[in-house]
Amino acid sequence: MKRSMYGRYGGQFVPEVLMPALAELEEAYDRYREDPRFLEELAYYMKDFAGRETPLYFARNLSEKYGIRIYLKREDLVHGGAHKLNNTIGQALLAKYMGKKRLIAETGAGQHGTATAMVGATMGFETEVYMGAKDVQRQHMNVYRMQLMGTTVHPVESGSKTLKDAINEALRDWVTNVENTHYLIGSVVGPHPYPMIVRDFQSVIGNEVKRQIMEKEGRYPDSIVACAGGGSNAMGIFHPFIEEKEVRLFPVEAGGCGLKSTAKEALHSASLCVGEDGILQGAHTRVLQDRYGQILESSSVSAGLDYSGVGPELAYLADTGRIRPCNVNDEEALEAFYELSRTEGIIPALESSHALAYVMKMAQSGELGELVVISLSGRGDKDLETVFGLKEMENREVCL
Amino acid sequence: MRIREKFAQLEEKKEKALIAYVCAGDPTAEATKDIVSALVRGGADIVELGLPFSDPVADGPTIQAASQRALDAGMNPDRYFELIASIKAGVPLVCMTYYNLIYKRGLERFASDCALSGISGIIVPDLPAEESDDLQTACRKHGIDLIFLVTPVTNEARMEKILGKTSGFVYIVSRLGVTGARADVARSTTEILSRVHTDVPKAVGFGISDREQAREVIAAGADAVIVGSAFVNIIASGEDVNARVETLARELKSACREGRN
Ligand SMILES: Cc1ncc(COP(=O)(O)O)c(C=O)c1O
Repeated sequence: MKRSMYGRYGGQFVPEVLMPALAELEEAYDRYREDPRFLEELAYYMKDFAGRETPLYFARNLSEKYGIRIYLKREDLVHGGAHKLNNTIGQALLAKYMGKKRLIAETGAGQHGTATAMVGATMGFETEVYMGAKDVQRQHMNVYRMQLMGTTVHPVESGSKTLKDAINEALRDWVTNVENTHYLIGSVVGPHPYPMIVRDFQSVIGNEVKRQIMEKEGRYPDSIVACAGGGSNAMGIFHPFIEEKEVRLFPVEAGGCGLKSTAKEALHSASLCVGEDGILQGAHTRVLQDRYGQILESSSVSAGLDYSGVGPELAYLADTGRIRPCNVNDEEALEAFYELSRTEGIIPALESSHALAYVMKMAQSGELGELVVISLSGRGDKDLETVFGLKEMENREVCL
Repeated sequence: MRIREKFAQLEEKKEKALIAYVCAGDPTAEATKDIVSALVRGGADIVELGLPFSDPVADGPTIQAASQRALDAGMNPDRYFELIASIKAGVPLVCMTYYNLIYKRGLERFASDCALSGISGIIVPDLPAEESDDLQTACRKHGIDLIFLVTPVTNEARMEKILGKTSGFVYIVSRLGVTGARADVARSTTEILSRVHTDVPKAVGFGISDREQAREVIAAGADAVIVGSAFVNIIASGEDVNARVETLARELKSACREGRN
């Protein structure tokens, strides 16, 4: 298997202009991932800037209620409020070692954009972020945060005005400014080597869980549950457990308003569950598309999961049966958002609420076993307006 | 007509080629037929017809908007091939599209549909040489040229590999960036032309929009100029489209006759 491929998935489907930059990035990554100075600096930022390691928290009230032992991997406590910083620290350091002066990024929920703005500020990059106009509206607190840290935010008006369109625009910028710019992709998507690099930097999540769960329980969990938009928090927590075959791995996608589609739009973002083989934004993966291969707009109450594609390695692992794709709908995710807030005093991101909702829904089924770790990928402060907006709407119908 | 026959004809006449791009179905399939006729009357030697994709990452705002108009008007691959089959242009037609539409239809079927409908070559801006073996096999089988791009940042080793693969012509991207008309034709045109050593015709595109720019590019040693956004802008204006398209083609073609080095 070529290194750029995961089974038949992955690859580098990008304009010729970008091929040298991808080669340069891969080379730099191979060099610096073993470089003591790079690793020392990475460790420093991870600890003193990001605040790692994050706790593995035993959710006692939730466990009692559902009758299984539930742990939360507290990525919501990472600086900025989500796992996204793990990746941006790693890539920004790489960019620095490569001599790049400028960072660009796409963002959906604004968490990756914020995490990019943070490293951009502290490491001294000129930073610009592309964000779908719809996401600018529903996540505007994050827009302010990015701006405060000196980042320019470009609203993207094309297509569905969400994450996919932001990636298109970031790619167009990169094609134009590739010589001095690093494109800091925010998930395990895009052309090789991004899915590999992002997975590796996010694997800190799973590596910590491995140690922490051994200390607390003396064994590995029966299952690990993580939400999947592009799939970076999922791959980050799954990857160290891939060889531990007895640990069941569940990526939870956004079921939106049900797994149906109109001519141009899917009412969900469940590309692993119901997508088909296709090529989107640099990679062969599973894609929401029509019968001609036009990409369908996705939808979800959570901006960070609202994406028509998914990381190629997840597509591969789903085909092999190693991971078990599933989904919950908007309503279920919202219920979980309220429930974790009430029972544990932790307000989860709407993205992470999908993972929580799946556990709440399936706890009694036996499918998850007795000991479950949930990736709590982010905190929910950014979502308060969305949630309260929906609450004010009569009887909280999300899917009208 | 095969692309190489066209270039051979032009060689005899000591002319350089004008390659015009428009998006099929923008604003309607019927309109595209008339526009192609106008382009050919004006002197276009090859016409690229874009098959619109929902997510055209290599295109700037002009062609993005054209793609959207065409999609909104109902263009799709089935209708595209019907349209192509109905065009009797007398010049080679080239399909420019993104890889997912080809992949989804099936490489073999796509290449076969091209051959049956009268497409001579395919350009796929998001398919680099490394990923192209399967499509190349299908294209060879059906006698379709698969045209590759080189750019100012393509190094020696890649250049050699790509020039070994491209057929019909090599598409030289004269400057970094997406498609779109620009005021300045990149100075890097001369530089990159000096690095492209091949018997395959050299076509320069991205940013060329008027006679003066076309003349410069031809003088720098190109065998063809590719002009897209300038035509698409006229189509977008909706005013006197066919006549203005023809006039622009005629101006550009005149540069391809005079500008010869
Ligand atoms: C808190 C949180 N979780 C999850 C995601 C989804 O991304 P991924 O699937 O790459 O982890 C996002 C994206 O914005 C996010 O903000």
